[in-house]
Amino acid sequence: MAKEYRTIRNDVALPYQWALGKTWPRFFDGLKEEKIRGTKCADCGRVYVPARTFCPVCFTDMTQWVDVKPEGKIVTWTLVREKYYGQVKEPPYVVALIKLDGADCGFSHFIGGFDLSDAKQVRQKLKTGAKVKAVWSPEKKADIHDIVCFAPVK
Amino acid sequence: MRRVAITHVAQSSGAESRESLMDFTYQINREILDKAGLKREDVGCIIAGSADIFHSGLSCANAFDWDGIGAFLKEGSRAEESAMSFIYGCMRILSGHYDTVLVTALVKGSENPDNDPITSFYGDPFYLRPVGINESVVAAMQMRQYMERYKVTEEQCAKVAVKNLANALFNPYADRKRRVSLKDVMSSERVYDPLKALECAPKSDGVVSVLLASESRAKKLTKKPVWFAGYGCSMDHFNPGDRDLLNGQLKTAAAAAYKMAGVRDPKKKIDVAEVCEPYAFQELLWCEQLGFCGEGGGGKLIDSGATQMDGALPVNPSGGVLATNPYPARGLYRIAEAALQIKGEAGEHQVGKKVKTALAHSTHGFGGQCHSVVILSA
Repeated sequence: MAKEYRTIRNDVALPYQWALGKTWPRFFDGLKEEKIRGTKCADCGRVYVPARTFCPVCFTDMTQWVDVKPEGKIVTWTLVREKYYGQVKEPPYVVALIKLDGADCGFSHFIGGFDLSDAKQVRQKLKTGAKVKAVWSPEKKADIHDIVCFAPVK
Repeated sequence: MRRVAITHVAQSSGAESRESLMDFTYQINREILDKAGLKREDVGCIIAGSADIFHSGLSCANAFDWDGIGAFLKEGSRAEESAMSFIYGCMRILSGHYDTVLVTALVKGSENPDNDPITSFYGDPFYLRPVGINESVVAAMQMRQYMERYKVTEEQCAKVAVKNLANALFNPYADRKRRVSLKDVMSSERVYDPLKALECAPKSDGVVSVLLASESRAKKLTKKPVWFAGYGCSMDHFNPGDRDLLNGQLKTAAAAAYKMAGVRDPKKKIDVAEVCEPYAFQELLWCEQLGFCGEGGGGKLIDSGATQMDGALPVNPSGGVLATNPYPARGLYRIAEAALQIKGEAGEHQVGKKVKTALAHSTHGFGGQCHSVVILSA
């Protein structure tokens, strides 16, 4: 937007290439097969999704892989209605923390599969503890978008 | 142990400035040196608080920052979180290496992209970022959990914005100056349901400097030294799903700061608090975790009026971050405001009661991943 005083516009676009290591590709390859892979800590017994190389609590190696269910319960959520530069998708959309069955932490993803245009209706539909299930993308690329979103189940 | 004092404070307005970043920085640092009667050469060491790329469009921003701060030809360093630059500065005096340290935090939010695109980049590019996580999204999820777990109401959360924006009317340095009613806040756009637009901090400009000095030097520099009494800091896990968003690391940070300062009962001992609340409800949650009320008691605390400017424990008499949000500098703004309250130099937003002990808090990261608590005393 033009300002009342002299400015110079500067856009910054720089390419970064992040290594995924060993654990992330195995998790993403699992999504391609419609499996959500976690890892279990031998010390504290917690199951983490997405899978991790080390337990973020015990700070020790995690080597035991377990599949968690592609369904779980809503821990908390927000209905995003704000638009901003470089946004991941067009609002309205719902971002939530979901406790997948068999996991001991929250999984961050979208909730969708129903009309989000009326905030009041969304609030009535999405209650803490409500059950949701993964909606898989028909075309998979072994990335987080292989899950389109989680949709409420009755 | 050596003692460290804040001797002088200078701050810019949080409103949009048409000055260039370097000139904007220079003006405040010139001001603080003039206030202290010091030449640039007299200052021992300089610490900056500023952020790279996303909050400035600069890489290794301190390289650019040094000249405006007056740090050239000196030892200097930088932290991206300005409360950490403050403790860094204190440590340079506590170590016995310097008698004076100038700590400056700076940003021109008006030049940068909005906070939501910027904080989206906190997330990794393969999991959290593609699923839309940013600071506001996590705050909104945290707010919903907070209200549901403790039966705190939306109105009680909104009251924080009403209080802080009213306080800001009396702070000449505040950015967002607007008297708002509870109805205004409640009916503002539900940008990240349940978070409303007026419950989210603006994006501000800001340069703030504090001059630190050793005990002997401080007593020569000012009649009203403000003593650094305590500090605590703690980090939570990166991944919001790995944490209980309502039981983060603020209690740990506060316990360390209180222990160092000898504060046994914060509710009684703390006279005023400047708390970092980029989202209105967070002031309530942080107040609980700072021990100003019991767990889940934040809603009742705001209802009681205790945190009002004339209350028993005023919180954010400056208007807080909801009024002025110079992102990487906001922690040092809290510290500077706490120091001004102790000096009795806060002007029209000076609290009614006598201030002997003040608390300043800073936070950054998703849902308060990192917390710093600073205790200052008269």
